[in-house]
Amino acid sequence: MKIVVCIKQVPEVTNVQVDPETGTLIREGVKSILNPFCEYALDHAVRLEQEFDDVSISVISMGPPQAKDALLRCLELGADEGILVTDRKFAGADSWVTALTLAEAIRLTVPDYDLILVGKQAIDGDTAQVGPEIAEILSLPQITYGIEVGLSSTRKQVRVKQEVERGYEVVEASLPALVTCSKGEVVRRAPSFLDVLNARKKPMRSVSADDLRIPAEELGLKGSFTQVVKVFPPPGKKCGRLLQNLETDQAAAEIFNFLKEKRFIE
Amino acid sequence: MLIIDHERCTLCKLCIRSCPFGAFFVEENLLQVNESCTLCGTCTNVCRFNALHIERKLASSEELAKYKGVMVWIELDDAADLPKPKKVSLELLGKGHQLANDLGEELIAVVLTDSEAVDLQTPGHYGADRVILCRHDLLKTYSTDGFTSVLCAVISSNKPAVVLYGATPHGRDLAPRVAARLKLGLTADCTGLEIDEKRQLVQTRPAFGGNIMASIITPYNRPQTSTVRPNVFPIPALDDKHQAVVENFTVTLTKAAIRTRVVEKNYIEEGCEESIENARVLVAAGRGCQKASNLELLRTLACQLGGGLAGSRAIVEQGWIPHTQQVGQSGTTVGPELYIAAGISGAIQHQVGMSSSKTIIAVNKDPEAAIFKLADLGVVGDAQEILPKLSKLIEQDVQK
Repeated sequence: MKIVVCIKQVPEVTNVQVDPETGTLIREGVKSILNPFCEYALDHAVRLEQEFDDVSISVISMGPPQAKDALLRCLELGADEGILVTDRKFAGADSWVTALTLAEAIRLTVPDYDLILVGKQAIDGDTAQVGPEIAEILSLPQITYGIEVGLSSTRKQVRVKQEVERGYEVVEASLPALVTCSKGEVVRRAPSFLDVLNARKKPMRSVSADDLRIPAEELGLKGSFTQVVKVFPPPGKKCGRLLQNLETDQAAAEIFNFLKEKRFIE
Repeated sequence: MLIIDHERCTLCKLCIRSCPFGAFFVEENLLQVNESCTLCGTCTNVCRFNALHIERKLASSEELAKYKGVMVWIELDDAADLPKPKKVSLELLGKGHQLANDLGEELIAVVLTDSEAVDLQTPGHYGADRVILCRHDLLKTYSTDGFTSVLCAVISSNKPAVVLYGATPHGRDLAPRVAARLKLGLTADCTGLEIDEKRQLVQTRPAFGGNIMASIITPYNRPQTSTVRPNVFPIPALDDKHQAVVENFTVTLTKAAIRTRVVEKNYIEEGCEESIENARVLVAAGRGCQKASNLELLRTLACQLGGGLAGSRAIVEQGWIPHTQQVGQSGTTVGPELYIAAGISGAIQHQVGMSSSKTIIAVNKDPEAAIFKLADLGVVGDAQEILPKLSKLIEQDVQK
């Protein structure tokens, strides 16, 4: 049984700063990490590998050459092979082209996949679009926001507990299928020194634009349907009263009076 | 153009049964397609033999101009006895109405349901000129395959210039699927939508966790599609004299086309808590709450103020509150009248989810916490000590 996990390397956005003069991101010194939701997707895959025999996990990422670091991290966490989809021609891709490129790369490198797992969204773009778009391009059933991913005993079906607005639902689909993942109750084992060493011996493949059957004008920025025309800093925030060095009783009374004044307490 | 690979086609006729437009026929033992085909893509997804493909070409500006009107997918609240539009759908009708006016074109509401008793008046009262009603037994509950197939058929036969979806779990499941099938651009979580001088939709959204805003256009294809988070745009004023024309859309859907099955439902329903998306008052807990048992004190305060308890991603991932109560970029966007942030530092991802709250009170030990920049009233101190005292003051006040 073959599981493909699509992953993305992202800047650690909590530390991203905007240049006040140009309004663009200051990328220098910003650490790149494996997108947390992609890591959760991998956790679900590793759990399936532990539970069932003959499961192999391929992790695939489209990105610049340094995205290899994120793939390596996945190999340390238990994936069996890494596939780096990289080419200057892929640069500037919107979610549609990213999905198209990844779907084609999956068809090429793991044509006999059974299950594709992706994170529910990436913390830099937050679109949550690439997963469902890959599912559509590959004509697969999709289940989004999964927190538990299981297989039927015949391994013909995937059974997913998903987060919905009002709680949870358990949904089944026949394989092959695509599941977008949120954090589950999977306990992640920190990679040991041996895992780190072994990861470097696992196979790592590379896919370029020439390997894919997609015309050059449909790749990267050229193939994107959406275009960014302007970036700017978010609008300024209001700044109200800040009270410091108050006794607990005094602080509670201040909030109480504020709530009264604003008529939240009648 | 639809291309049929006759070598692969086994004449199973599933596409014939699934086609919303009856465009397929068999002649001389070969599958054929006629001019009723709108390239909605339903058939390429139901075909098990990979025998059907659609080739789409980039449209010229004359062709783009043929797409008219603003379409809103009306998501129904199926928790109610009579299915009625969700709040976010009304917010979208308000924004959609503005965009349609700027274009001088109509506002179209699309409703997918199985119900005979669905509320079709409300979309009109909030500005829709036309309601397209898609009714079918298989549309009782949301399914990716069922809803995608029907909505693609509606879009490809009505050719709107803009389609808007609420960025709810179902909206975010559906919109990219439709976009990929019809080969459309899609912009997620828009906070601003405008029509420019070229009559294009300019979509503005936060990126990099809200650190930067980006304006995005979709120059080469139509419709232009966007998702919008709840509580971003206001609900427009109700005008019960404004009526929409209701139009029935013939739905063809087969069980075989829906490839997922819901086998279990487990909904969370708690005492005085309604969904945080619609709450008037929210008390939100963050990492500063230290342990799960402290949340009870905050829950008490929330109930006293007639509101609910919410939390940051940190405490949801601890398992202290369910994901349905998570505020922020990877949770729900809220817009209550009052938001009390207890021990929340205010990472930008959290701010994105709550900054449209009308009044914000923040309590945090760290005077440098980012949340104070947003707050109408900020108090530096321990939320675990101050807020229970506040509860007591309110209790005493009620007794007086």
